[in-house]
Amino acid sequence: MATEPLAAGSPGRARRTVGTIGSYALLTVLSMMILFPIYTTIVRAISKPIPYLQSLQGGGSGLWPVGWDWGVFGRVLNEDDFTRALLLSAVIAILIVAGQTFTSIVAGYAFACLDFPFKRTVFAVVVGTLLLPVEVTLIANIETVRDLSWFNSWQGLAVPFMAWAFGIFLIRQAFMGIPKDLQDAALLDGYSHFRFLFRVAVPISRPIIGSFVLISFLGAWNQYLWPRFAADRQEWQTIQVALRTLATREVNNLNFAFAAAILASIPLVVLLIAFQRQIIRGLTAGAVKG
Amino acid sequence: MSARTERVTKRSGRGTESVLAAAFLAPVVIIFAVFAYYPLGRLVYLSLYRRNANQFLGGADEWIGFSNIVDTLTGEAFRSGLWVSVKFTLLTVPLGLLLGVLLASAADRKLKGIRIFQTIFSSTVASSVAVASVVFLTLLQPETGLWRDVEWLSLNRPNSALLAVSLSAVWQNAGLTFVIVLAALQAIPEEIREATMLDGYGAMRRFWRVTVPLISPALLFLAIVLVVNALQAYAQFDILSPTDQAQPLLYKIADPEGISTLSSRAALSLGLFALTLVVSFTQFTLLEKRVHYGD
Repeated sequence: MATEPLAAGSPGRARRTVGTIGSYALLTVLSMMILFPIYTTIVRAISKPIPYLQSLQGGGSGLWPVGWDWGVFGRVLNEDDFTRALLLSAVIAILIVAGQTFTSIVAGYAFACLDFPFKRTVFAVVVGTLLLPVEVTLIANIETVRDLSWFNSWQGLAVPFMAWAFGIFLIRQAFMGIPKDLQDAALLDGYSHFRFLFRVAVPISRPIIGSFVLISFLGAWNQYLWPRFAADRQEWQTIQVALRTLATREVNNLNFAFAAAILASIPLVVLLIAFQRQIIRGLTAGAVKG
Repeated sequence: MSARTERVTKRSGRGTESVLAAAFLAPVVIIFAVFAYYPLGRLVYLSLYRRNANQFLGGADEWIGFSNIVDTLTGEAFRSGLWVSVKFTLLTVPLGLLLGVLLASAADRKLKGIRIFQTIFSSTVASSVAVASVVFLTLLQPETGLWRDVEWLSLNRPNSALLAVSLSAVWQNAGLTFVIVLAALQAIPEEIREATMLDGYGAMRRFWRVTVPLISPALLFLAIVLVVNALQAYAQFDILSPTDQAQPLLYKIADPEGISTLSSRAALSLGLFALTLVVSFTQFTLLEKRVHYGD
């Protein structure tokens, strides 16, 4: 039996109480560090820009809202450009997530459960794409998208991202964990591979596929570099790119940018709260595999 | 059983399996061919030829040769961009790791309400780089930011601008680093924790001698993710930093002001590709050597 070293005796307990208070103090300080920029963003969003600036110049701390203008969120949502960007981001993100999930499932199944020539070579080709991120291929891909007349279009924004090596990897890993006997039995029962994949393999792997869907959505929603350069018309600006447009307006309108940044994060905050465990599992998948 | 299945799979045929595999792999192979491998070839082409301005009138692209690649990669734009990217990496990665470890060790306790703190610490996972940059404008904006008078964070001068942008990146990464380090800490077996407690190790010694080695795979993974993120950073600079201040490598490639030629931007992209190869190779060797894996 392991004896609790600090169980008995009042000095131990006192030390532990001090420790607990210290822990809470540290946790509170760290929380304030993380939350402070979010707090100031809310303050700036609901402050009237000119009075806020005047209060700053008059020696105000700037830590409190000036004017309490909650209507700003409604006005941002009423701006056509903003709602259009929000909608476009949602559509593009859903297309990317659906595309990535589908292509990863079928490709993952091929690698995990099918036998075919040049398997290792094809797998190497997939892994090799990790060395060719969009940051490297940007210039050439913009040219390709122009050649295809996909500049300023949903195809241009979504199609290049409908396959992702990480997803293929993750889902292949999940399928490899399915007992071989189960597959053999199903095939003997006359299941086709297709039916086995969608009736057995996918349902069994739902937790991992779910995590992948969330991570994929996070990535697609937050994308910046590609949408910034794969479109130049305002109606094809995704929300992230629209944030820049708002943020580079004159100081008098900056409250719009801050309100927009808050609104743009709400979908992700909701997801994070609803699916915290699954998202964390997805984020740590790489770390655990090493 | 296995003999029977062997026969079944044999009869139903390797052939049909190959056809099915081809169909299943076609989507990813096509997308990767068009948007990952073909562009690599195209970058080489673009950097070797100068686009003819009158292409539509039938003029061919003009061969400018390898000298363009050499000139670009030894030139001012590549060197200064690379230098900014390296400095940005050195500023954000160690600080990011440290913050992640600090947040995670603080939150890895059995206390009432610890869940709330854990949620707060992971909250920046929900913010994109663009959102984080706009959020930091409330602090850094030269006229109205709360820290407008803090000179070493001024967005109007190159070095302080780089520091300011780094700060926003560290904050934005905090959620991810926290989540991963916390998962690693919680994976440490209870017996090991108890054993070290009983051994009478001091908190510091326990941390450096036991905890850090045990979570080193997660730290290495994080370090790699953060390095790659830093070398590919763009949005922070695009949103926070006025154009002529800190410009990382990717800024020179994307070239939002359109001052460089397509050929030199393509050559710069090849430079970034080389850098990606170096980082990946280093990562691979490190993972092979393997930090303590806690068997």
